[in-house]
Amino acid sequence: MTLTSIIFYVFAVLAVVSAGFILFTKNILYAAFALLATFLAVAAMYVFAGADFVAITQIIIYVGGILVLILFGVFLTTKPKGQQFFFTGSFGAKRAWVLTIALAGILIFVFYRINFSELPWISIAHKFNQVNQGTSIQKIGTNLLTTEVMPFEVIAVLLMAALMGAAYIASSVIRKENKK
Amino acid sequence: MIPLQHYLIVGALLFCLGMAIFLSKKNAIAALMGIELMLNAANINLVAFSQYDADKLAGQMFSLFVIVVAAAETAVGLAIIILVYSHYKTANLDEVNNLKEPK
Repeated sequence: MTLTSIIFYVFAVLAVVSAGFILFTKNILYAAFALLATFLAVAAMYVFAGADFVAITQIIIYVGGILVLILFGVFLTTKPKGQQFFFTGSFGAKRAWVLTIALAGILIFVFYRINFSELPWISIAHKFNQVNQGTSIQKIGTNLLTTEVMPFEVIAVLLMAALMGAAYIASSVIRKENKK
Repeated sequence: MIPLQHYLIVGALLFCLGMAIFLSKKNAIAALMGIELMLNAANINLVAFSQYDADKLAGQMFSLFVIVVAAAETAVGLAIIILVYSHYKTANLDEVNNLKEPK
């Protein structure tokens, strides 16, 4: 076992343990900070898969953007005492456990049954030693402006529309409170 | 070189934990955290398979688009949660159960 694989497994365990902490904690603020740990560990795992640009994007957008938004949401919607954060009564936590454990069992069973190195494109990549290990920024930049330019533009319009819509929906709260 | 299976298992565990959080939590923001975890788990799978596609990097491109959609989804979701909180004075999903103004 080399040093890199030990570091990878440390990050993998950190991601799963902090995600489990979100499930079992009663304090929503601790859950938000555990989500931070999960996002950072997942970003580290992207680096091990040769996806440096995706890892940096993950840190910038998830940790710098989405997590700050979630923290603002926590601050704006949680009462100072009596944090209502435990399990729901309407769906039933037990049914959720059963579904979750069944799905995890099926997925892990399937992953051990499938021989991935027999898939044609993976075996070809292994044979010609084309497994991606280096930097990927140049290829991503070229792809974004050639083959993927259409989804790139569509996602830009989607993001703008969603952010404008979010600002409009949230500002209607402020308008209603000003009226009172 | 980390085996592909190990990425997929971490992705599967994160997805299942995200699903459990989404299904079993009372708080709307906690449900949103579960959705983020599920999207992250899908991204792990895309990036892991993308190692073997060094020319086109289709998995990494798709995971970038997933991250952008997740950002848009969180922004709209939190705006709706803040609106719901100002209306019902709670973010508890069990108590948010009528569309019309209660009389």
